[in-house]
Amino acid sequence: MTPDFEQEYRRRQRARAKVTALILGALVVLFFAIAIVRM
Amino acid sequence: MSPALPAEWRDFLALTKPRVMTLVVFTALCGLLAAPVHINPVLGFTAILCTAVGAGASGALNMWYEADLDAHMKRTKGRPLPAGRMDRPSALQFGVALGVGSVLVMGLAVNLLAAAILAASILFYVLVYTVWLKRRTPQNIVIGGAAGAFPPLIGWAAATGRIDLLPVLLFLLIFLWTPPHFWALSLFVRTDYAAAGVPMLPVVAGIKTTRRHVLLYTLPMAAAAVAPWPLGLAGIIYGVTASLLTAWFVLLAVRVALSRETDQAQMKPERALFKFSILYLFVLFGALVVDRMILA
Repeated sequence: MTPDFEQEYRRRQRARAKVTALILGALVVLFFAIAIVRM
Repeated sequence: MSPALPAEWRDFLALTKPRVMTLVVFTALCGLLAAPVHINPVLGFTAILCTAVGAGASGALNMWYEADLDAHMKRTKGRPLPAGRMDRPSALQFGVALGVGSVLVMGLAVNLLAAAILAASILFYVLVYTVWLKRRTPQNIVIGGAAGAFPPLIGWAAATGRIDLLPVLLFLLIFLWTPPHFWALSLFVRTDYAAAGVPMLPVVAGIKTTRRHVLLYTLPMAAAAVAPWPLGLAGIIYGVTASLLTAWFVLLAVRVALSRETDQAQMKPERALFKFSILYLFVLFGALVVDRMILA
């Protein structure tokens, strides 16, 4: 694995992790709102 | 050997066919807003989100199954799988996760009927259209078009918990709109379909037959589009909009039927019909919502 390859590998992993975290955060908010509405 | 680079998140987004999703979201939202009952905004948002994610799942599973076909077509060879930016198992896992997740959330948060229709639409698009019909029959998009016709039914069912005549007519409208819309496109990209071995109507039956079929399917579509007005399900705003737009649609379909052009680059009536057909559906559904809201 060349340094350039590894750098690109890490960059993509970080970007995917950030997007996943955002989606999970949004789902937490949505599920909370659904729970309140359906109570 | 170096491991492959992980796919970018943008490639996962591309798998969901965001442009197709806009029409799905819009028609589902119109089905929801045209319903005669009020739905809590949070639940309404959840229903539309689940419908959009379900459509994304259908797109991802379609691209997973058709990676080999997509590689042969100019229009699709840049997609993540044929371009080699993603491996097939990732696309399959992503599609299944979106599909199962969207149906589950719809069932738990909104209602079971909406979840069942959403599940049926995903399965219909993936199994009936993509796996079964697309490579076997030139009538592929006639039956497969039903998959794209489900969103207004889902929106209506999410709001009301039942199915009535109006959403069935909206289903019928999209179902009958799909053949002229796609055949207009397939006429001016037919060499692409031929190269990929997809038995689209222009490839199998020829240009003349396809043009006749475009007009043939436009006529029942016109009836379905206007029907809500005389049936008393929509008022004058929808009635006048639908009549005018449908008349223009029929006129464009007649121009396609009368055209003798064989050079794909010169097929202006086909391009005009394809472009107008997208605008047609957006405006028609928008007019229905405005009409129903004002009348209500």
